[in-house]
Amino acid sequence: MRTAGSVMWSLLALALSLACLAPAVAREDAAVSPEQGLARVLEAIGGNQVDLALQRVEGLLKANPNFRLAHLIRGDLLLARARPLEMFGNVAKTVPRDRVEDLRAEALARLQAYRQRPGAELVPRFVMQLQAEQKYVFVVDSRRSRMYVFENDAGRPRLASDFYVTLGKRGIEKTREGDQKTPIGVYHVTADLPRQKLTDFYGAGAYPINYPNEWDKHLGRNGYGIWLHGVPSDTYSRPPRASDGCIVLANADLNTVARYVQVGRTPVIIADEIEWSDRVTQEADRDSLAKAIDAWRSDWESRDTDRYLAHYAPRFHSPDQDLHAWSARKRKLNAAKSWIKVGISDVSMFRYPRERDFVVVSFEQDYRSSTLSNVMRKRQYWNKEGGRWKIIYEGAG
Amino acid sequence: MAASKTCLAASLKLPFAFVLGVAVATGTARAEELQDASRLLKAGQHQQALDHVNKALAAKPRDPQARFLKGLILTEKGNTREALEIFQKLTQDYPELPEPYNNLAVIYASQGQYDKARGSLEQSIRTHPSYATAYENLGDVYAKLASQAYDKALQLDSSNAGAQNKLALVRDLVGVAPRASAPVAVATANPAAAGAVKPSPGAPVEAKPVAQKLAEDAKPEPEPAATQVAVAKPAMDKPTEKPAASPASEVLAAVDAWAKAWSARDAGAYLAHYARDFMVPGGESREAWARLRRERVTGPKTISVSISKPKVNVESVTRATITFHQEYESDRFSGSSNKTLEMVKADGRWLIRQERVSN
Repeated sequence: MRTAGSVMWSLLALALSLACLAPAVAREDAAVSPEQGLARVLEAIGGNQVDLALQRVEGLLKANPNFRLAHLIRGDLLLARARPLEMFGNVAKTVPRDRVEDLRAEALARLQAYRQRPGAELVPRFVMQLQAEQKYVFVVDSRRSRMYVFENDAGRPRLASDFYVTLGKRGIEKTREGDQKTPIGVYHVTADLPRQKLTDFYGAGAYPINYPNEWDKHLGRNGYGIWLHGVPSDTYSRPPRASDGCIVLANADLNTVARYVQVGRTPVIIADEIEWSDRVTQEADRDSLAKAIDAWRSDWESRDTDRYLAHYAPRFHSPDQDLHAWSARKRKLNAAKSWIKVGISDVSMFRYPRERDFVVVSFEQDYRSSTLSNVMRKRQYWNKEGGRWKIIYEGAG
Repeated sequence: MAASKTCLAASLKLPFAFVLGVAVATGTARAEELQDASRLLKAGQHQQALDHVNKALAAKPRDPQARFLKGLILTEKGNTREALEIFQKLTQDYPELPEPYNNLAVIYASQGQYDKARGSLEQSIRTHPSYATAYENLGDVYAKLASQAYDKALQLDSSNAGAQNKLALVRDLVGVAPRASAPVAVATANPAAAGAVKPSPGAPVEAKPVAQKLAEDAKPEPEPAATQVAVAKPAMDKPTEKPAASPASEVLAAVDAWAKAWSARDAGAYLAHYARDFMVPGGESREAWARLRRERVTGPKTISVSISKPKVNVESVTRATITFHQEYESDRFSGSSNKTLEMVKADGRWLIRQERVSN
């Protein structure tokens, strides 16, 4: 009703204005993402086209009947016809306000991510190199409550799609069991738990990740059971900060993600915020580290143990040795050999979030020597110290 | 046209005012019947009122005034199905009249069909854009629809509050009177309504019970119950277990608690999961075994034990076996294995009688 007055509309729009309005909107009939749908509703409100806004929000609800945020906006649009709105979500005062705030936060997160979708020329700084077998990599941007999926385009990441995600109630950087936080770091999917094995709470399925990883354990972080999973069947999405540490997606989104997952392979990088880089800088970064790795490899082959050990940082550790023990063992082993050949292939490199020049490298190592040969998957953590790349962790991958 | 308000509290439980118009008559016998019917209705004598209306309708079956009045009487009698039919038929035969739409909406609203009520009221306003009662009613219907939307948004259940409805029935078929006077009369009755949607005076009264109901029903977001936890568990992330429903879920819950105690490096709690007649592997003494386990459980700085793919076979009320995949990780060692536990129920608790590893 036209007479409901622009004041209340602007109130509603104001509530969301931090993130709106989205860029020019596509055709009415095109299939829309929830973010696009929301942006269109707000666009209509902003233009004082209340009937259109209501029509759009009802369209959004037809596609996603359990989309609570859309129900709330619909409630506001309807109520505005009966009486002036006071705020976003004009629910009775006795309803805990934080539940409305949760939905408001979801609206902001979705709209912000929609508006700030990265351009195609940018690459996530965390993904320096992908293995040929890794078809996709997931990067979670906790500030935007978003998971970006990048496709492996000849070893380089290319944005394929992105999804709204719910993270831990108490935010990120998990350190302790039960702290209700989502870890920050470089992980990978370790299993695929199909819907049949799960209760409805986990929705369309679940993908555990390997928290705590070697680095977490080294730092004494504990807890476990961090999964990517869906939502209960009566729910479309949960608020941005609502899980006990898991990464929660809408069931439709989880089903899409399922097509990308390779158990044991797909990296899941969780960060405060994605740092973007351009391809040129990224390749320079990667080449500098690749050069260091190759120097380490050839110094190992040289059997000059001092040169080999010079690649290791003083704070180095392996799963069971510190640098001192490691050095002693390597000296002993190398002295007994007349030749060593080391082949490295299928390398991946992921920059560690929150750390400076700190990269998780993993590769296939083909080791041959006069006394022993073996092929293994190896993981190393490299850190640039005083302008030189050094190894601070090494173990089986 | 003069409009007055009166209260129709009885059968419909409409504690709010509605417009009572003076029946417009043209001096015939039929008009007298209708005037009588109107009077009787006002006096609450529904059956007699109905008799008079039926007499009038016998003479002129399509007369809108008589049909409208019959609809009103039936509504008040609580015969909503028939009343609904009459008003529906009237909207089809006289789509230009706003009142039948309004009263149709009142009935829809009383049945909780607010979307239909909204549609009818919008029709009513479309025919008469300055129809005050319909505006007021529409405001209330919107508030009700909004409240339903909020319920869905916040997962509340205020459905009971919806049972009350306070929409105003229209008693008079204004549209039958000379057309020109109608909008004027309405405007007099409620000048503010002509151009604006106004909250109905009844709104605050109703808002309170709704609010209370909302508060009562504001529950925390549902979390998975114990049985769910046990199926496959991000263990750290779960709230305390609730009583399990079936033996199988009790066994799952027990094993889940066992893994949790182990992960928490709580040797006391861990050992408490083993039955008194636990079959100690390798023929050791129970004491030696317990000492070793205590060292193993408390020794590492961190332990995490997670369980997946559990299969429970309940053999009797006190005996069951469970097999599962176990992922063990500590700061010293990590490994996965398939385990089978033989469980016995003693003093209401499921305990481990035998533990076997198979890879």
